Amino acid sequence: MPLGIFILVSVIKSLIILIVLLTAVAYTVWLERKVVGHMQNRWGPTRVGPFGLLQPAADGLKFLFKEDLTPPHVYKPLFLAAPMMAVIFALTSISVIPFGNSFVFGPFSLPHFLPFHWGGLVIGPYDIPLQITDVNIGLLMILGVTSLGVYGVALAGWSSNNKYSLLGGLRASAQMVSYEIALGLSLVGVLIQSGSFSLRDIVDAQGGHFLGFIPRWNIFHGQFIGFFVYLMAAYAETNRIPFDLPEAETELVAGYHTEYSSMKFAMFFMAEYANMITVACLATLLFFGGWHGPLFGPPLMQALLPVFWFVAKVVCFLFLYIWVRGTLPRFRYDQLMDFGWKFLLPLAIANLVATAIAVAW
Amino acid sequence: MNFHLILFSAFGAVCVAGAVNLLAQRHPINSALSLITVMAALAGEYLLLGAEFVAAVQVIVYAGAIMVLFVFVIMLLNAGEEEETKGSRVAVMFGVPGMLIGGVLIAWVVLRHSGTEAVAIGALPGDPRDIAQLLFHNFLLPFEVTSVLILIAIMGAVVLASKPESQGKVD
Repeated sequence: MPLGIFILVSVIKSLIILIVLLTAVAYTVWLERKVVGHMQNRWGPTRVGPFGLLQPAADGLKFLFKEDLTPPHVYKPLFLAAPMMAVIFALTSISVIPFGNSFVFGPFSLPHFLPFHWGGLVIGPYDIPLQITDVNIGLLMILGVTSLGVYGVALAGWSSNNKYSLLGGLRASAQMVSYEIALGLSLVGVLIQSGSFSLRDIVDAQGGHFLGFIPRWNIFHGQFIGFFVYLMAAYAETNRIPFDLPEAETELVAGYHTEYSSMKFAMFFMAEYANMITVACLATLLFFGGWHGPLFGPPLMQALLPVFWFVAKVVCFLFLYIWVRGTLPRFRYDQLMDFGWKFLLPLAIANLVATAIAVAW
Repeated sequence: MNFHLILFSAFGAVCVAGAVNLLAQRHPINSALSLITVMAALAGEYLLLGAEFVAAVQVIVYAGAIMVLFVFVIMLLNAGEEEETKGSRVAVMFGVPGMLIGGVLIAWVVLRHSGTEAVAIGALPGDPRDIAQLLFHNFLLPFEVTSVLILIAIMGAVVLASKPESQGKVD
């Protein structure tokens, strides 16, 4: 593929994925309000559009037009930079996530009236993977970028010059650093089984079936404990209930984003939901076979079904997030630390050792 | 001009600018953030050299874990701006000439001994498989010994940080 075409294809793919991701973020918020509403025996948003479907657009407009307050005693450069960092790191990690197999583009020839020597030029065939970029350290890159996401939260808490914000920021950094270890170790079992850091290779290794009908996904392939540890640690990493100590409203007003308003607050909100989506994508790719699923129907449907299966699995995980939020109360801080260090970490190490022995056998 | 070379120079410039900014800033948290920029730019350099695994580990370990603890400590202590002094005379008399001599020496060694064997951009063996082979096979013993060393250091820190029982009961 020539460099010009490569850059063009990359830009188009990045744009599409960015737009889809931001729309997905908006509708995850809608889904959460709707589902939690029904769990609490109320309706959730119903007024804007059918089933409240236009509510995210209304919320976005409201955030844009709200007054953007900057409190007087904040440390301004970091106060402004923190929400941007949060959202940038949250959006970056999606760049290595594959959504499906590749599709072949072209060949087709350009029309003859074009200037220069472009007329009649044959383009393609190009094999375009459904992913912004496939790097051989994909999983490590996601871990690296999400570990940088702590800075947005920690610096927001510090620069706000507010005790509740500072406590929220400190809690967030301590919690995220602690659970990152269990998160990383829980993934090593999968890595041992597939023998690659590339997310595409990991998904490809999960094709096929056991006994003809049980899919060969990692969760049915001895990684159930790994999945459990990953799920718990990932909930803690995204600061979601029951691990939402950094923004515990009963103790800390709103935690690290207490002083933020308008679009700056919305950026933290977007970062949280984008992180949720990344975590759900990663769970799907690593433990639930990515885009593998039954294929049937005409050729076009067969081409689109893998993406559909991938999205369906991700939506299931997002629903699980919301379900947990509607069900569980918040941990106490000492319980949170005990759970992370004394339960999840040993469990992750045990899973790693067991997987290593099983593979070496 | 090579696309790789442009990116490599850009990351190098960011790295040096971050390092200079680290020294120039008066507030500790700004210095810590500059150091993070340096780490991230270094990761970019490693990536361009072909050492993907080292680049990822650089970001995860240094920028994502160690520097978080730095920032955490600065936030906890709520360290303010540092005081401005006129600078010590010793630093001017010995530090600046020493730095110049050191720089010249390093430049001389690099120019003299690199020759034609300098690593080409993108040619470093940085595949996770190669590194695993080196780390867990060829250099297994040093690797394990280092981990024990780090464990001892952690235990030492815990012993030093925890107060003795008798002192806790005062008052």
